[in-house]
Amino acid sequence: MRIRKRKWRKWIGALCAALPVAVLGLLFFLPIGILMSGSIADALEWQERLGPMLKEGEGFIGWRWIPDYPTGEHFKRLLFYSPGFLHLFWNSIWMVGRILAGQLLMGVPAAWAFAAFSFRGRRTLFQLYIILMLLPFQVTMLSRYLVLRELQLLNTSSSVILPAVFSTFPVFLVYRSFRGIPRELLEAARMDGAGELRIFLQIGLPLAKGGLFACFVLSFLESWNMMEEPLAFLKDKTLWPLSLYLPEISLAQAGFAAAASMITLTVSLFVFGLFRDSLEQGIAASGIKA
Amino acid sequence: MRLPRKSRFIWRSDGFRIYSSNRKFLWFLLPSLLGVSLFVLIPFGDVVRRSFTTALSGEFCGWDNYVSVFRNQAFRLAVKNTLRFVGVCLPILLVVSLVIALAMQWVPVLEKCKACYLLPMAMPAATVVLVWKLVFAKQGFLSGLLGVQYDFLAGDRAFWVLIATYVWKNLGYTVVLWLAALRTVPVDIKEAARVDGAGAVRIFFHITLPYLKGAAYTIGLLSFLNTFKVFREVYLIAGSYPGEEIYLLQHVFHNWYTKLDLDKMAAGAVLAAAVLGAVALFMGRLLEDED
Repeated sequence: MRIRKRKWRKWIGALCAALPVAVLGLLFFLPIGILMSGSIADALEWQERLGPMLKEGEGFIGWRWIPDYPTGEHFKRLLFYSPGFLHLFWNSIWMVGRILAGQLLMGVPAAWAFAAFSFRGRRTLFQLYIILMLLPFQVTMLSRYLVLRELQLLNTSSSVILPAVFSTFPVFLVYRSFRGIPRELLEAARMDGAGELRIFLQIGLPLAKGGLFACFVLSFLESWNMMEEPLAFLKDKTLWPLSLYLPEISLAQAGFAAAASMITLTVSLFVFGLFRDSLEQGIAASGIKA
Repeated sequence: MRLPRKSRFIWRSDGFRIYSSNRKFLWFLLPSLLGVSLFVLIPFGDVVRRSFTTALSGEFCGWDNYVSVFRNQAFRLAVKNTLRFVGVCLPILLVVSLVIALAMQWVPVLEKCKACYLLPMAMPAATVVLVWKLVFAKQGFLSGLLGVQYDFLAGDRAFWVLIATYVWKNLGYTVVLWLAALRTVPVDIKEAARVDGAGAVRIFFHITLPYLKGAAYTIGLLSFLNTFKVFREVYLIAGSYPGEEIYLLQHVFHNWYTKLDLDKMAAGAVLAAAVLGAVALFMGRLLEDED
């Protein structure tokens, strides 16, 4: 009898823990839901809903999860009648692609150097990399501006891409998963006469796949979301990424803005969904000593 | 049969790590190191030099720039706000995420919610803005829910919206980190304690928590790093000159940059880098996973 009572109490306890977590999780999903339902409501309905806000009057914004007249007009307008939008969309894709490729070519080998070799100054240098990773953009803004001006790269897409390629965050992240590879394996490979490049390509990269994917996703989200850098260094609006275009749409065109946001969001959600598991593993690896 | 070439590495006295006497690591490291030097280190050296000279004539002026930064009202306000922001949001994030991670560990079904918590990471700041305006405006959803017209994007309420935004954005990341850390706590010790009659609370404070200490530093560092990224949302919602409560250091730098106030910027950047560098060194010592 007592045992059963205790079991009941345990169940109730678990439920008490589970409910808030689940509810909060749903709450976190809400903003995306709002965008989704907002992007298919037509302009008239938006006007009606936003009425109290635009007129600064009494009452509150109305909301219906499923609009009265669902429409794809905003998407149609964006994809077929807004060449500017598509242009910026491809700008973003291009920019992110080049940043990721650059990080793969520069950052990943550097992480390997830190993880697989011991050399004088390794610790100091790695700590320097960590400090650089911590510096927010605003602190390095002036130095970046100076060097970009010197190299005459201001107002070109390279002004955003090159510094991002040499960001030290990927180095830090991938270093952690390289570090998880048993050292004996590398020693054995060296004993067998494998060249360093071969060890890197055939042992290092495949075994750190999780970390690489995680790095890929985090870097992708970071560059897809990039705002401060292009805002500071790109005067020419045709070079802008999508992330700077969205805030320019006024609230009067809320439906249009929601649809544009949805498209921007879909790309990152796609990448997120594709690599979710490795993202989780990679995040875990970045924080926890293997 | 190919013999290994001349001894390329030696065993160190600790008997485990190898000192690779070959210089091949340079091939891996140099491209990145050169780039980092070119884009960050060398120009930052130049900024340090500039912080001691006047931008106009280039004459040496000692600590004048630093003094003018410290005298700057906006800078002081921003330092105060930034400290307050970090001081409030970091503990909230770390504690809430730990509680959620513990709940997930206790009721494993809940791990399915992880995706929901991680989603905000994938949501670009620019897309957040529209939703935030709808939710937090004077006539927005939250006001509607409460039945009073509060403008949550102004005054001290904006500060708390900012905290909420930060937590919303980073909770998933931190929960995943905590979960991984919790997995490193040995189960048998907890089991032994339970058999000896220790309650769940006691096990948590005396066994789990001490084990988490190392991970807590790393998680704190990563969360600290992300506090600066919240500027995007603030900037998009409130512009270059937001309310007094959410005027952050990033705004100061941003506005110095647009005004091309190079003197103050250089001194400010050196100051900020020094403080952050000290924090990083302190944490980095704990982050290093060997030696």
